[in-house]
Amino acid sequence: MVNLNEKELIAQLFKTEYRKIISVLCKLFGILHIEIAEDITNDTFVLASETWGLNGIPENPTAWLYTVAKNKTKDYLKRHKTFSEKIVVDFKLDHNQTEEIEVDLSHKNITDSQLQMIFAICNPIIPAEAQIGLALRILCGFGIDEIAEAFLTNKETINKRLFRAKEKLREENIKIELPTENDLNKRLESVLTTLYLLFNEGYHSSTQNTHLRKELCLEAMRLNYFLIENKTTNLPIVNALMALMCFHSSRFEARTNQIGEPILYDQQDKNLWNEELITKGNFYLIKSAQGNELSKYHLEANIAYWHCSKIENPYKWNNILQAYNQLLLIEYSPITALNRTYALAQVKGKKASIKEAEKLNLIDNHFYFSLLGYLHTDIDNAKAIFYFEMALLKAKTKNDKSILNKKLSDLNAKITANS
Amino acid sequence: MKEFMMIFKSEINESFGPTPEQMQGNIQQWMDWFGGIAAQGKIVNANRLSFEGKTLKPNNVIVDGPYAEVKEIIGGYVIVKAANIDEAMKLAEGCPILNHGGHVEVRSIIAMNG
Amino acid sequence: MKKFVLVFRGGDTHISTAHSQAAMDVIQTWNNWMQGLAEKGILAGGDALQVSGKNVKGSKKVVSDGPYAVGNEMVGGYLIVNAKDINDAVEISKGCPILNEEGSVEVRQVQERN
Repeated sequence: MVNLNEKELIAQLFKTEYRKIISVLCKLFGILHIEIAEDITNDTFVLASETWGLNGIPENPTAWLYTVAKNKTKDYLKRHKTFSEKIVVDFKLDHNQTEEIEVDLSHKNITDSQLQMIFAICNPIIPAEAQIGLALRILCGFGIDEIAEAFLTNKETINKRLFRAKEKLREENIKIELPTENDLNKRLESVLTTLYLLFNEGYHSSTQNTHLRKELCLEAMRLNYFLIENKTTNLPIVNALMALMCFHSSRFEARTNQIGEPILYDQQDKNLWNEELITKGNFYLIKSAQGNELSKYHLEANIAYWHCSKIENPYKWNNILQAYNQLLLIEYSPITALNRTYALAQVKGKKASIKEAEKLNLIDNHFYFSLLGYLHTDIDNAKAIFYFEMALLKAKTKNDKSILNKKLSDLNAKITANS
Repeated sequence: MKEFMMIFKSEINESFGPTPEQMQGNIQQWMDWFGGIAAQGKIVNANRLSFEGKTLKPNNVIVDGPYAEVKEIIGGYVIVKAANIDEAMKLAEGCPILNHGGHVEVRSIIAMNG
Repeated sequence: MKKFVLVFRGGDTHISTAHSQAAMDVIQTWNNWMQGLAEKGILAGGDALQVSGKNVKGSKKVVSDGPYAVGNEMVGGYLIVNAKDINDAVEISKGCPILNEEGSVEVRQVQERN
């Protein structure tokens, strides 16, 4: 093991083990007692940081954590007779076992419990933001401060949000289990939506913290991997989302410069694209093609696949255009409409696409004006400048503004050089 | 916003037998046109119809083929959202069927169940 | 299960907008038929169309008023149904009230995307 001091080691173990212990305990106690599971897990890590600092790091830190969690659970059950009796009733355990409720921290139970917790938390009865927050806290072991930073808000707001979400799960008495076969597709759909949003939170988030953004994307992929590892949930649509995530994250290093400013697709250093992730994406894309279903994740993965192709030609862009056409028929969104029109310009030329772009009429969206600015560049630069300035008026984040300012100064320089 | 149905019709052409490449190009023209309307958020629902069909007439008379006694065949339809019929007509203008001798009939929809 | 479109052609009273008892009866008959289909999970969508409409034709995009076809070719509405195959869909069509008005039902399978 690398030489970590006990603080670093505990932080690292918190990231990997917190989620396992808490999932197993939640599963054992039921969602009604989610806070007891949280308390016991937190206490376990508090004890670790108190004793490891004094006595040194134990030989097998993970085993140490599991043993302490088990003992703390047993102590808790002994001290709270009525609670443990209730659990025995709820879980129809043998009454003779009251004294010896086993905390099963085997690999299999850890994996099963985590998968079931994914289904319990990614539940549309709580708002999407709260699902993501709770997933980050319980399934990913994120600190409240990290979640607050990811959402660009404060710890108090996140605490309140998580509290309400847990209350709702308790009120509805959500079972921690895999959905039945009949419910699977519908429940899986909401799980995938949450994972997709979590990934996008990282990929498109406005926080400047590149490390945190990468972590969010990785966590979304890790949770998706639970679904792929399990036979019941390893469906084509799950693989399609995984392919999409792999393709997108392959460009992570190329998307920002050293100070965290974004680099647009056409200016990225393609050598920085991660080949390993592209290969993985191809693998999941092929697996997603089994069956007849063509979901929005399939189409988006297909688009992302073509974006990972380093060759620039109309053939590539025509494939992207066709996928956007189909995607819009499944689900309209302004950003898809804008991306579709950008692809159209790569296939049919800027001039031919201006008319189509104007029809979108998304006058509250700065990307709309930015697209019109792009389409007019080199065709009517005065108009292009007008549109980029309109975009600048509508843009909200520092990054968006800096991109637009750069475009404006490039254009102005071009006009001066030509006059 | 009201809903309108565009019905794509063309005269029956017995010798119609496009090559796979032509078919592919044709599908793409349609998809590009649909995509343009969908990008404006104005598509409600679209369906392409298979050329095989049957027609049921009174007294249980079943005739093979969709175009029995009809001069024109319906190739498909799309339901769009538009402020009025003139805007719906504007949306219809890019329809690829117009380049192949067909036409588009635009009809306003009477919502069922009120 | 596949999807089929039932295209209603001809007939005369089903598109009536008059508030006569006869017209109301016709609407009631249609509603009853569709209600029955909906309860069996067969119905997947559909609309009635207004009589007036417009046409756009040819590469010059000539616009004219009124639906093209008249009489028994005129499309009055459509339904989308779930059926096992085309014979099953024809069977479903047999209950359609338009058949009592000398109209016909054209049954066409919807092309699956991709």
